[in-house]
Amino acid sequence: MSYRYKVSCCKDELQGVRDFVRNTLQNYTISDVEMHQLVLVVDEVCSNLMIHSHKCNPDHSLELKIQIGDDQGVTFEIYDSGKKGFNFKQYKEPCIKQIIKDRRKGGVGLLLVRRIMDQIDHDFHPKSRKNIYRLYKKLSVQPTHRA
Amino acid sequence: MVDVRTDFEGDSCLITISGEVDASSSIYLDEALEKAMNSDIVRILVNCNHLNYISSAGLGVFMSYIQELEAKGKRMVLYRMSDRVYKVFEILGLHQLLTIVKTEEQAKKESNEL
Repeated sequence: MSYRYKVSCCKDELQGVRDFVRNTLQNYTISDVEMHQLVLVVDEVCSNLMIHSHKCNPDHSLELKIQIGDDQGVTFEIYDSGKKGFNFKQYKEPCIKQIIKDRRKGGVGLLLVRRIMDQIDHDFHPKSRKNIYRLYKKLSVQPTHRA
Repeated sequence: MVDVRTDFEGDSCLITISGEVDASSSIYLDEALEKAMNSDIVRILVNCNHLNYISSAGLGVFMSYIQELEAKGKRMVLYRMSDRVYKVFEILGLHQLLTIVKTEEQAKKESNEL
């Protein structure tokens, strides 16, 4: 099954992103801990793009797609037309102790994404001129009665 | 949405977080901790019982005060955290850098060990 959602690039809209992911995943047998982590990775990528790539411009938007199935695990796709995307392949893990020493309040979002998900890909589609971030988690899930 | 309540009592500050801390709402947690850090109290107890969700922005706020706590000789203890929220602290190893306990009694006991 696949599910879609479009969100304006405004930090106040992150609640809507989390609700969309939760409401979708609630139709499947996913534990409370896994649910929090899957909601978290989508929140982190979206907030990162909203802040750094779109400067929180509410006229810009991101599109989300969730693909989920018995043998497929969970795949999140985030479609972004922002010019300044990020490349996970070039991402270097920050040192937590250094962040603490520098008293920085940010810088661990993508690290969480990397540690939670099993596979992360980034593509650029020249035709639509969109960056696509694909996050995959290997999970054996079954639909509940509501799915 | 998040609600962060700050209560001062003697030499302690009790911060109660309810709801979800994300990139949009972490500022409220930051303001509460800043207020506690800039006051004369020596103990900060953070009740996480109704903290339903935390993102890196919220973790970042806690991380940014670790050095200052040490420098000012204050003690911060987080308690009654759900497993799902605790797990996020654990992924980054923050459970070893912050004091996180299960109950309020343990939190009070830990905060006295200055």
